[in-house]
Amino acid sequence: MLGYAVRRLLGAIPTLFLIVTFAFFLMRVAPGGPFDRERTLEAKVLENLNRVFHLDKPLWEQYFYYLGNLARGDLGPSFIYRDFSVQQLIGNGLPVSIQLGGMALLVALLIGSVLGSIAALRQNSWVDYSVIAVATFGITVPNFVVAPLLSLIFGVWLSLLPAGGWSSPESMVLPVITLALPQVAIIARLIRGSMIEALRSDHVRTARAYGLPTRMIVVVHALRAACLPVISYLGPAAAALLTGSVVVETIFGLPGIGRYFVQGALNRDYTLVMGTVIIIAVFVVVFNLIVDLLYAALDPRVRYD
Amino acid sequence: MKQQNEERIFDIRDIRVTFDTPDGAVEAVRGVDMHVNAGETVAVVGESGSGKSQIMMASMGLLASNGSVSGSVSYRGQELIGLPRAKLNKIRGAKVTMIFQEPMTSLDPLYTIERQICEPIRVHGGLSAGAARKRALELLKLVHIPDPERRMKSYPHEMSGGQRQRVMIAMALANDPDLLIADEPTTALDVTIQAEILGLLAELQKKLGMAILFITHDLGIVEAFADRVYVMQKGLVVETGETADIFERPQEDYTRMLLAAEPEGHKPPVGNDQPILLDAKDVCVTFVVKGGFLSGPGYEVKAVQNVGLTLRAGQTIGIVGESGSGKSTLGRALLQLLPSEGRVVYQGTSIQGFDRAAMRPFRRNLQMVFQDPYGSLSPRMTVGEIITEGLLVHEPQLSARERDKRAIQALEEVGLDPSMRNRFPHEFSGGQRQRIAIARAVILKPTVIVLDEPTSALDRSVQKQIITLLRRIQESHNLSFIFISHDLSVVKALSDYAIVMRSGQVVEEGLTSDVFDNPQSDYTKDLMEAAFNLREVLHRQAAARA
Repeated sequence: MLGYAVRRLLGAIPTLFLIVTFAFFLMRVAPGGPFDRERTLEAKVLENLNRVFHLDKPLWEQYFYYLGNLARGDLGPSFIYRDFSVQQLIGNGLPVSIQLGGMALLVALLIGSVLGSIAALRQNSWVDYSVIAVATFGITVPNFVVAPLLSLIFGVWLSLLPAGGWSSPESMVLPVITLALPQVAIIARLIRGSMIEALRSDHVRTARAYGLPTRMIVVVHALRAACLPVISYLGPAAAALLTGSVVVETIFGLPGIGRYFVQGALNRDYTLVMGTVIIIAVFVVVFNLIVDLLYAALDPRVRYD
Repeated sequence: MKQQNEERIFDIRDIRVTFDTPDGAVEAVRGVDMHVNAGETVAVVGESGSGKSQIMMASMGLLASNGSVSGSVSYRGQELIGLPRAKLNKIRGAKVTMIFQEPMTSLDPLYTIERQICEPIRVHGGLSAGAARKRALELLKLVHIPDPERRMKSYPHEMSGGQRQRVMIAMALANDPDLLIADEPTTALDVTIQAEILGLLAELQKKLGMAILFITHDLGIVEAFADRVYVMQKGLVVETGETADIFERPQEDYTRMLLAAEPEGHKPPVGNDQPILLDAKDVCVTFVVKGGFLSGPGYEVKAVQNVGLTLRAGQTIGIVGESGSGKSTLGRALLQLLPSEGRVVYQGTSIQGFDRAAMRPFRRNLQMVFQDPYGSLSPRMTVGEIITEGLLVHEPQLSARERDKRAIQALEEVGLDPSMRNRFPHEFSGGQRQRIAIARAVILKPTVIVLDEPTSALDRSVQKQIITLLRRIQESHNLSFIFISHDLSVVKALSDYAIVMRSGQVVEEGLTSDVFDNPQSDYTKDLMEAAFNLREVLHRQAAARA
């Protein structure tokens, strides 16, 4: 198992390399540059800036220069947030994003699996239909609608919770809910579907025929089987949640890294974009590995060696 | 096995089971009375759809959510229908236990055998974990699982079908039941394994004295195993009585039909003067399980090893063997449907290693019919489209009208009403679908048809009709068949030459009459005994234990 994990991580290096290369050149073929402003800079200033950031060199040289720095763990300076290196920006923002995403994931998992299980157990009853309705709502209503709405209701009208910021535990409630809502919906639907299937399976019939209590049948025999498809979904979902959400961070004014990706791309802040791309890629690789290992831990038919 | 006193432990009165379906209510069981005395073995026999399993499901509170039950089921005076689940759970799994048809899926794939046997022991007996473990180990020994200590830690997928069924039996016995309901427990197993499992059940019954309610479609098992029989048809019991009476003096037409449904007849051998159509030598099929950077070294599975056969015009070669013997793989290799080594010659042309394009002109002569009449017909094409599809490739010059004419001919030939050719496969029964599959092969006027378990998914009475049909079209077209089946009685009735396979190799071959009446190898002998003389086998097992 450990050998498998190590092999998988080694196998990810070429993947990451390709992503870095692709992102690097894609970024550069986009028109414009980091120092384009409404009022063009003086030619001398621009030349100096380009020299400082090595933008005066041929593209391939810049590429190898970046790779060389990357190999030493240096993501370079941000072109726009002067005085900050990309490491510093990500180092400051990532913990916030991870905290926010992690809590949202936890909330989504708990509520989603409970709702999904209840719906499956009461299939085709009003409970089931209401869960499905809420789930459909959660998936269809975009977070840029939910976020201001929650902020307005709980932050402004009711003044129960802060409408933004990231200082106290209360301030985390609304962003976490906003981020978790669609995930709750997706997980509830996934669990419901696989749970219904599991409850119909032959081995659950066996458990019933042997007089096991319903609680035990559901938790021990049906839920574990029903979790498997959800776990496959969780890999990419966790990677996406933990690397931040532009919308939620922007609306609630949170210092996460989600917004860097968009702002960086719009500002042609090459190094910042590359930094976030790398972080996201690493998260995706790692979480997919975790999913595969979890899968093997839950299903004895899956073995890696 | 007659040791029962007349104490009625399980009494079913006027039970009715209805399923609420999108097409309206379907009555699966329409008022059945049935009882089991202590220590007795009762068989419920009937074809698929007779409602025999649903009675048991309804009695044990296991009906699907769209099913409802009325009537009365009492266990030692305790009414089970409508009993609150908590009370029902005191009885099911403890006093009345069940084993099911599918040993592959009836156990939870995610937990060890130990855990699954211990669960009902702990729930019903209130034993500690350690005591339950000890009891589970005893039970595995009781059902003769080899190396039980180690097997406790196994997962279901690590065991064979027969072993899993033994585990189910161990679970069923855990709380000293009064009644064991066995729902087709050996249907998914090979005949030799079936004989072992039945022998085990008989042995345990003698030792522990529980009653057995045995649901089956197989009259051979009933005759060998049961004291008393209920014959069911379309949700009703049509006849009941002592096993011997039913078998010797059946009163009802349906019972007589069932008893007569064993395939019969035999095929005389073809002369050596008949031309050779298909000649295969040293056919080998090896499946390579690929290794790789992430999955470690690969390995090979030799599915077919050096098998040869010579098929003459008008001949039927039966290939028999248990699951995993390589018989289906051989059939596919002969038709170049999977990569193989060796030499396959069709009418003087070596077709060995031909790819798709090269095989295409030969395909119309070399047709195939598959086991699963549900999966092998496209659900989105009409029957007419399905059977004429091959004509589009092999006789593209035909006009739509001519193709339709051929479809009508082919359907008439297989005994289906041609006016149904615009319907879809799901509107047909299993037997009808298999007729469609045969029509699809016959319409191309082939010379050789490989039939891969074509009757295995069908009831005996339907099987018999298909066998008659195959005989008729063989005669009228001078067809040659390669008939692959695990069902020895079907092979005996249809083929004139038989090949017995095991683990990819030929164990024995010869004229069907020789192989069946005078088998030479021990394996073939065991196979024949288990298939045709189950009662004798069970007696011998019992005698050996005594």
